[in-house]
Amino acid sequence: MNVTVELGHVALIVALSLSLVQSILPIWGAQVGSAKLMATGITTSLASFGFIAVSFFCLMWAYAQSDFSVVNVWQNSHSQMPFIYKLSGTWGNHEGSMLLWVLILALFGACVAAFGDNLPARLKANVLSVQGWMILTFLLFIVLTSNPFERQVPVPEGQDLNPILQDIGLAIHPPMLYIGYVGFSVTFSFAVAALIEGRMDSAWARWVRPWTMAAWIFLTAGIAMGSYWAYYELGWGGWWFWDPVENASFLPWLSGTALLHSALVMEKRDALKIWTVLLAIITFSLSLLGTFLVRSGVLTSVHTFASDPTRGLFILAILSAFVGGAFFLFALRSSRLEAGGLFAPISREGALVFNNVILSTAAATVLVGTLYPVVYEALTGAKISVGPPFFNMTFGPLMLPLLLLIPFGPLMAWKRADIRGVYQRLLFALICGIVALVVTMGLTRGGPWLAPVGVGLAFWLIVGSFAEVFQKSGWPGVGLSRGLSRLVGLKRSIWSTAIAHAGVGVMLLGIVAVTSYETETVAALKVGETVEAGDFQIKYLGFVTQSQNNYTEDRAELEVYRDGELVRNSGPAKRFFPARQMPTSEAAIETFGFSQLYISLGEVKPNGSVALRIWWKPQILLIWIGSILMVFAGGLSLSDRKLRIGSPNRAKNKQVAPNAA
Amino acid sequence: MRLKSLCAFPAAILVCVLLSLSAIAEERLEGGLEDRARALFSELRCVVCQNQSIDESDADVAKDLRAIVREQIVAGKTDKQVRAYLVNRYGEFILLNPVVAWHTIILWLTPLLLLIGAFAALYYIVRNRGIAQTSTLSEEEERQLAKMLSKRD
Repeated sequence: MNVTVELGHVALIVALSLSLVQSILPIWGAQVGSAKLMATGITTSLASFGFIAVSFFCLMWAYAQSDFSVVNVWQNSHSQMPFIYKLSGTWGNHEGSMLLWVLILALFGACVAAFGDNLPARLKANVLSVQGWMILTFLLFIVLTSNPFERQVPVPEGQDLNPILQDIGLAIHPPMLYIGYVGFSVTFSFAVAALIEGRMDSAWARWVRPWTMAAWIFLTAGIAMGSYWAYYELGWGGWWFWDPVENASFLPWLSGTALLHSALVMEKRDALKIWTVLLAIITFSLSLLGTFLVRSGVLTSVHTFASDPTRGLFILAILSAFVGGAFFLFALRSSRLEAGGLFAPISREGALVFNNVILSTAAATVLVGTLYPVVYEALTGAKISVGPPFFNMTFGPLMLPLLLLIPFGPLMAWKRADIRGVYQRLLFALICGIVALVVTMGLTRGGPWLAPVGVGLAFWLIVGSFAEVFQKSGWPGVGLSRGLSRLVGLKRSIWSTAIAHAGVGVMLLGIVAVTSYETETVAALKVGETVEAGDFQIKYLGFVTQSQNNYTEDRAELEVYRDGELVRNSGPAKRFFPARQMPTSEAAIETFGFSQLYISLGEVKPNGSVALRIWWKPQILLIWIGSILMVFAGGLSLSDRKLRIGSPNRAKNKQVAPNAA
Repeated sequence: MRLKSLCAFPAAILVCVLLSLSAIAEERLEGGLEDRARALFSELRCVVCQNQSIDESDADVAKDLRAIVREQIVAGKTDKQVRAYLVNRYGEFILLNPVVAWHTIILWLTPLLLLIGAFAALYYIVRNRGIAQTSTLSEEEERQLAKMLSKRD
């Protein structure tokens, strides 16, 4: 028995007391105007982050050492597990993941403390205190209901990490998602701090936007990664399920995306203030709601929730206190925020308002769809389902007008736009879209009629997104080299907008292609037999059983032919993890360009014949390439000097072009 | 349960899958009928799974349900009748696409009402102050004005 675990435990409690100080002193200082008290916010934020980090790494150490005297480690790890999964096991469970949650919360607080040099002192003190409230409550939650440092005697062998979590995707995915979720806490703290002060201006938006952007980047990456993980790990090639847990991460993404756009209006034109504050509150509220839904077990069934309600009720209390409190404050103070710049409906602002209306409605739709069965069951006792058909039927049509209008947005002037000029600049994109539509229709005669429209829309989006870049290059008026040098010198925010919007188009293209043109083949093969699957012939060679550290694997050896030519050797497998008596499927995925051949292994008969389920997933990788483009665009925007965290003062010296986004 | 709920993606589904893929052993219907069956499968819930349709699941229940749906189709029932039959046996829980009825009215109307409400509110705001007070000069005009004024200096 070593004392690392106790060290972690103590560090957690020290952090708890520090966060109590952080919750009270800075905001008090801001009220009474004491610079000394306000400055405590910086020290306590950094220190509480330090102690939580120590605590977290102590737990990680216990996992690395397979110290099964710690209940949490015993429940979620195994001495034979690969080292990387021992480490990722730290957050592969309730207690550890909550600790990670608070660690990230404190990290963001510490970042504001460390990099927010140019924030007004009072705003900074308020922000840090609000952040402190959240750290405090979640630390209390951990210490009181979910302590990961509990010990036990005697010390047995570990119970293993859930096999499906023993995957590199799942090792990285939750931290990414959490950074996204929790990153919005800063935006929330800024909103609450502004409401407390009753003052906010375009500078506020400028301070908030980088934080929102950073959180958005991680959330986007986290969701995309989770989607790809589900795709290759769950074994039937679905990539989005409208599962409540998925929706819980998608909700803050939708409102966060809306927030990014409305903060833009506030920053440039000092308009939409009240709405932006409201969105900032809503976005983090949805993150908290997601945490509650996932952590409380309420999604599985209202009854599971009721059977052990301590944790669920605790988070529900935190949720109600913060969300309720913020909305109350909003109701009290929002009237103090005077309306800013005015604009005509046809203008950049108007376009961004439209974006916000659609994204918020979409978020509300997903929210209602996710919660409806839970609330309905709680009220009536009867169970109903709200599944993918509902979401496809409502979310899809809602997004359609938005997708159609995305290319218009960046081309519109602030205040009042010349719509005819915008049309002219989008003419080329329109032609591309129509050509794509017609060509698709010609190539895939008899397919679903909506698919060519989707392809056309995607091309319109991709090409249209670059219309602003093209226009700024001065082509075709200026020469090639002159235009190129202009492109290089173009503001990063313009590139970022173009790439992010094109990313949406690329993703749409992938979604349309795979939903419309996917093919599926099911076959039972004896050794030496071949099956036709689309353009491919798949030959079953035989069967191999291997034993690894903590699982056994059954692998079918396949040869994949295309037009009679051997193109790949493939090996879909099934694994069995004895510690948890759980099987998992390891689909074989063969990539051809952006398309994939997805082979899942089914039943294995004693005589050596196997069942295979084979999908051809055309252009499916575009779905994730689209997300990568969005993430990249976010990073690009963040690297713009104007938006860099904590640089609003310097940016003021730069000339800002009237059309800049 | 804790572990399952950790992953932001439907890990729990996997428990249901177990990937026996015995779907292969199932008898399929002829062309058009099988297509109808597949369409129905994707909107029926595997009642013991976390959130999975019987098209995706290989739990025993899903197999049985698929067999029932095929039987019903062969017996000449319409899609609507098949759904009604299953709701009768398993309750509305089995429908992934909730019915449109009084008890789901809020669910179905939310998107529509919100959208209408939002645009109505916008219209109201714009009519009351937006256009009336916006500068009547376009950006281009303002730039020209600025140019003219600077020339006079």
